[in-house]
Amino acid sequence: MPLHLAVALDGAGWHPAAWREPDARPTELFTAGYWVDQVREAEAGLLDFVTIEDAVGLQTSGFGPPDDRVDEVRGRLDAVLIAARVAPLTRHVGLVPTATVTHTEPFHLSKAIATLDYVSTGRAGVRVQVSARAHEAAHFGRRTIPPFDGDVEAFRDLFDEAADYVEVLRRLWDSWEDDAEIRDAATGRFVDREKLHYIDFEGRFFSVKGPSITPRPPQGQPLVTALAHATIPYRLGARSADVVYVTPTDAESARAIIDEIRAEQEAAGRASEPLHVFGDLVVFLGDDAAERKARLDERAEFTSDAHVFTGTPAGLADLLLDWQRAGLTGFRLRPGSVPTDLTAITRGLVPELQRRDAFRTQYEAGTLRGRLGLARPANRYAKAAS
Amino acid sequence: MTKQVHLAAHFPGVNNTTVWSDPAGGSHIEFSSFVHLAQTAERAKFDFFFLAEGLRLREQGGQIYDLDVVGRPDTFTVLAALAAVTDRLGLTGTINSTFNEPYEVARQFASLDHLSAGRAGWNVVTSWDAFTGENFRRGGFLPESARYSRAREFLSTAAELFDSWRGDEIVADKSSGVFLGNPAAGAFRHRGEQFDISGRFNVPRSPQGRPVILQAGDSDEGREFAAATADAIFSRHGTLEAGQAFYADVKGRLAKYGRRHDQLVVLPAATFVLGDTDADAQEKAAVVRRQQVSGATAIKFAEQLWNRDLSGYDPDGPLPDVDPIVGESTISKGRASVRMNRDPIAVANQWRALAAEKNLSMREVIIEVTGRQNFIGSAATIAEQINTLVQADASDGFILVPHITPGGLDEFADTVVPLLQERGVFRTEYEGTTLREHLGLGFSR
Ligand SMILES: Cc1cc2nc3c(=O)[nH]c(=O)nc-3n(C[C@H](O)[C@H](O)[C@H](O)COP(=O)(O)O)c2cc1C
Repeated sequence: MPLHLAVALDGAGWHPAAWREPDARPTELFTAGYWVDQVREAEAGLLDFVTIEDAVGLQTSGFGPPDDRVDEVRGRLDAVLIAARVAPLTRHVGLVPTATVTHTEPFHLSKAIATLDYVSTGRAGVRVQVSARAHEAAHFGRRTIPPFDGDVEAFRDLFDEAADYVEVLRRLWDSWEDDAEIRDAATGRFVDREKLHYIDFEGRFFSVKGPSITPRPPQGQPLVTALAHATIPYRLGARSADVVYVTPTDAESARAIIDEIRAEQEAAGRASEPLHVFGDLVVFLGDDAAERKARLDERAEFTSDAHVFTGTPAGLADLLLDWQRAGLTGFRLRPGSVPTDLTAITRGLVPELQRRDAFRTQYEAGTLRGRLGLARPANRYAKAAS
Repeated sequence: MTKQVHLAAHFPGVNNTTVWSDPAGGSHIEFSSFVHLAQTAERAKFDFFFLAEGLRLREQGGQIYDLDVVGRPDTFTVLAALAAVTDRLGLTGTINSTFNEPYEVARQFASLDHLSAGRAGWNVVTSWDAFTGENFRRGGFLPESARYSRAREFLSTAAELFDSWRGDEIVADKSSGVFLGNPAAGAFRHRGEQFDISGRFNVPRSPQGRPVILQAGDSDEGREFAAATADAIFSRHGTLEAGQAFYADVKGRLAKYGRRHDQLVVLPAATFVLGDTDADAQEKAAVVRRQQVSGATAIKFAEQLWNRDLSGYDPDGPLPDVDPIVGESTISKGRASVRMNRDPIAVANQWRALAAEKNLSMREVIIEVTGRQNFIGSAATIAEQINTLVQADASDGFILVPHITPGGLDEFADTVVPLLQERGVFRTEYEGTTLREHLGLGFSR
């Protein structure tokens, strides 16, 4: 079984003190060159894809409102635009920006990700993210979201809304059949309007008419991914995603999570559809990893939703293969600091996995979906018509 | 002093200007087409690349309009990708103020400005209709009368967000551990009729501070909006007299906002047909016009004015003798130009008079009245025409709309631009790096 590997890019790395490392480039976080270099590094390591973190609010160290801290990275560029900026300068690696689905329009995001698929010739995906933060809602002023009191049930509606949102994305991607553009000089018709479809989505939270203004993208359906830590978000992943990122602490918990997701998939009537479950891990790599992490921890407190691995690339390879046997099909690694932990993944971990015949030695041709073993989906509307 | 000409390249798309049936016509959606046009424009030292926008597929008579190019990419995504394959060219996109929210759009433009090192431009448009609104979760739309109050407040709110970072906050001093020089960077609070928002903007100040603002809108209110807020205006008035009248009108409105004459760059849309000689170009232009207005297209155009089904009419016969239907509902949806026709019966009578005077068929009338071929001739003729119009204050330059995708600008770049350069009215090298500098606007405050 091939192992799939992605890296999660965010600022100077996932440790809040990462920007202070000697080789960090904190003044370049808002330049194109910084992102191009990181994504090219991921591509040199033959990784399946990169994700790019984002949010519609300033970073905070907890879940609450902006905290006025000045010792951590603050500020972010729009992840979809970063992905697009990098696309023409890379050839193989998948590009999966994060997008907030709570405050944005599915119509806009659908055409943005379709266009990312065009500019990257079939390498686009998206990580859909719910915003349950009161202060982010205040940036839009269209709805209020109560402060988080620890009760995830309160967010059930936000996740149901996110599932509707993804349904709209997918219908819009299908709203043009692949061969809708006919350029029929004899009749003067550029498109066959029978192959353009109103999606007529009507849900509890919003309705969208369609069709998209952007033709169906190269992959048909770009990759939809979501991070999930608990039952309600697992359900979103099981209903709506192609890849779910989860945060087990060991092989045993990985097994339990996968069982739960497969059950949700079954309940959603998607049991037969391929759904990747990737383990998310924060990684500090190298012979000095423990020491380096301790030094970073002294500078800033680091808490993590995901398991934190500290050790050598060989040790990480052991862990990944162990967790893979529990049923995970891939991993999304979050480098503790960049570039150190990113290059340790591409130049240390990857060769180690290759030696064990567990990772590709060259890029196969084709799309991001194809690389993940996901077929190019048939168009739902074309099927209905025939 | 001789005025310098400004030039921009419009990616041709969803309109009948674009001749998709030409053998040289390529894809309107593959990225390679966008790269080709943008790199040609940059090679020719143009000020910027320009994208229009429409957020719903056009319909006529309840059916999707299929005679013109249909389909276009997302503006921000394509412009960010073009930033990777160009160096200096401005990257300008049309973004509607009705179907978006200021926080998100400000983030996207600030991000584009960072990722292009200061080349972002925003053409603010105000289409408001319920038809387009059906594609958006708010489902909502605005009464026409509110379109500019939302646009004005949208733009001023976006400016507050852009200005919420001064530009010196990122300290990133590794030894002291201070990343942010000001703990309140990005703080904003906006309370108005359209928006009541507060919090922290999360994109640091971008190279241009704010993107260059263009405006397209022709009503009195639209012109006032442009005079008050825009750096440049995208107009439909590209001929000598109409251009001069428009130019004088919008520039004349600047003083009351405390703005100088050179703080608003007037750029009409313009098409062109180049030939080896003027006669050759005229011949080509006639062919292009017939490609642009087929018999079927002529019927559709007439329907847009008559606001009724004319499918039974012969495009090679006379104009309909019935009168246009005047009312709220229009046979054609998703087209800004249709909404701008305020008195269809008067227009129909003008067309009839024209047909009688010149003995023209319906198709020939449509070809005459929709003709937007501003420049037809040899390279020397076109260079002369462009320069004459600019020196005569009919405009400050043009946004060129080639009729072929994506190679329609190639010949212009190779033949007309050198002639403008020889006259000393067009740059031979970029002097600055930002779009603001290309347009001679100086830095935003
Ligand atoms: C030259 C020109 C180009 C325009 N381009 C667009 C466009 O690309 N997308 C759009 O939605 N509206 C476009 N518009 C429409 C305007 O934004 C506006 O909605 C319309 O002109 C009505 O406003 P007005 O009454 O002030 O003219 C354009 C208008 C003009 C004059």
